[in-house]
Amino acid sequence: MSELTKLTIAEALNGLKEKKFSAKELTEAYVHKMDENRRFNAYVSETPEIALKAAEIADKNYAAGTPRALEGIPLGIKDLFCTKGVRTTACSHIIDNFVPPYESTVTGHLFNAGAVCLGKLSMDEFAMGGSNENSCFGPVINPWSKDVPLVPGGSSGGSAAAVCAEMCAAATGTDTGGSIRQPAAFCGIVGVKPTYGRCSRYGIMAFASSLDQAGPMGKDVRDCAILLKIMAGYDEKDSTSARKEVPDFEKVLGQDIKGLKIGIPAEYRPEGLNKEIADAWDKATAILKARGAEIVDISLPHTKYALPVYYIIAPAEASSNLARYDGIRYGNRVDGAHVDDVYVNTRTQGFGKEVKRRIMIGTYVLSAGYYDAYYVKAQKVRRLIQNDFNEAFKRCDVILTPTSPTTAFPIGDKAMMENPLNMYLNDVFTVSVNLAGLPAMSLPIGLASNGLPLGMQLISRAFDEETMFKAAYALEQDAGFKRK
Amino acid sequence: MSISNETVEKIASLSKLKIDEGKLDETRNEFNKILDWMAQLDEVDTDGVEPLVSVNAQNLVCREDVVTDGNKKAEILANAPASEFGYFSVPKVVE
Repeated sequence: MSELTKLTIAEALNGLKEKKFSAKELTEAYVHKMDENRRFNAYVSETPEIALKAAEIADKNYAAGTPRALEGIPLGIKDLFCTKGVRTTACSHIIDNFVPPYESTVTGHLFNAGAVCLGKLSMDEFAMGGSNENSCFGPVINPWSKDVPLVPGGSSGGSAAAVCAEMCAAATGTDTGGSIRQPAAFCGIVGVKPTYGRCSRYGIMAFASSLDQAGPMGKDVRDCAILLKIMAGYDEKDSTSARKEVPDFEKVLGQDIKGLKIGIPAEYRPEGLNKEIADAWDKATAILKARGAEIVDISLPHTKYALPVYYIIAPAEASSNLARYDGIRYGNRVDGAHVDDVYVNTRTQGFGKEVKRRIMIGTYVLSAGYYDAYYVKAQKVRRLIQNDFNEAFKRCDVILTPTSPTTAFPIGDKAMMENPLNMYLNDVFTVSVNLAGLPAMSLPIGLASNGLPLGMQLISRAFDEETMFKAAYALEQDAGFKRK
Repeated sequence: MSISNETVEKIASLSKLKIDEGKLDETRNEFNKILDWMAQLDEVDTDGVEPLVSVNAQNLVCREDVVTDGNKKAEILANAPASEFGYFSVPKVVE
């Protein structure tokens, strides 16, 4: 039975079709794993009853010969996606009792395709953080930890840990500055941040609306391709969702990458880059070259400005988006004499430290007198960052970089705790992609000498996830990474 | 450019947040560190560069102006911390 949780989605779908096991058995195997691995603290709400009910329906559909695309596949859902009738908290005390009366478009697509909901996964509060330590339900432990408990990365840390520890077949994540890719790298799984607009943001609690994107986190490249096809698509409920045909991403896997131009950006190899990360990058480059890809040196000259641009724009948008949490219409209310006291008391007690920090930074950069100096300036540099990619993609088809400058670090790391800037620097290789709205993914390439997984990032042109998937699949085949 | 305690308090008030007792200096120092770091953008020449507001602004189109949803009072009030007579209720606003 426990072997069932080792199967990828593609393998599990085959097994279900061939009646080697039932959807109920598959779901029960995952529920058992959730019990067994509770010490990782990955789930904040578990819904085994809902899961088993869905599995029963799945078995009926298999028996009738009418299975849907994801019939009976048990998934974990990041707690930022509203799930109808199932508590959704963004891992914040301010709404830790919120039960959405509606379903997010992305989870709706998954469940309508027959996926089974195992529960909701931990994350940094409102997706703000890179370590999952900002969850109001406590930190998540990276399943790769040995003596010292390590972070799973963030903000989709619960999703990454749950996939890694086989507590779900795959999970949803969201990525505003690296929140799918960095935890995927830290936990040795695959995570995809699609092109901005590919997946609807309807029903996903908003952090930074011009940057947020939902994406799949799975055991391998194929599983992510299968999931993204179902998650994506135009939605009239999200005006920024793209009116684009969704391709069959799985179809390109295994296609020849001969002649594909792989760009290697010089700026992603700053002085002092961890040698093992640099070596892993070289290894990945060599693998693609051996497959007949052409390696092209490129330049993304404004790379070093991406972090400050991000940490102006994202908090600015967050300060506006999070204004709705005022204790009036939903969430917890902390009383006060006057309605204004209710707002202040509710927000001061309800939000965690990092969220408050970003709301205030965002309020500052949007305030009269500073708007042009910070916010508009950042938007202008954002344009230059996008231009860099446009230029680079004239010379190459896909860009290869490391995902993160480090492997997973210990929970409660002193340098990160003392100075928020140290935590922000983790996003150095991932934020540019969000600013430019491009698709990117992380996949494991090998282990560092400390025994922890190293992730590689592939970036492609807007709405050309297919090229990225094609290159990623080739890399995955030859890297020979062994899942935990 | 460094900001004063007074500015920090003003920002907190605009954000509808209260700075924890005794944490004002610490918060100010932290802010100044972050703002100093952001100031590196000053070295980028952005003359004549159009601000990038959205990566897919061309996507925005008007839909037909019709009602698509509604009549959900019970669902809307279901998560309210306090409600009365089918409305959200709040402390007295007008003296």
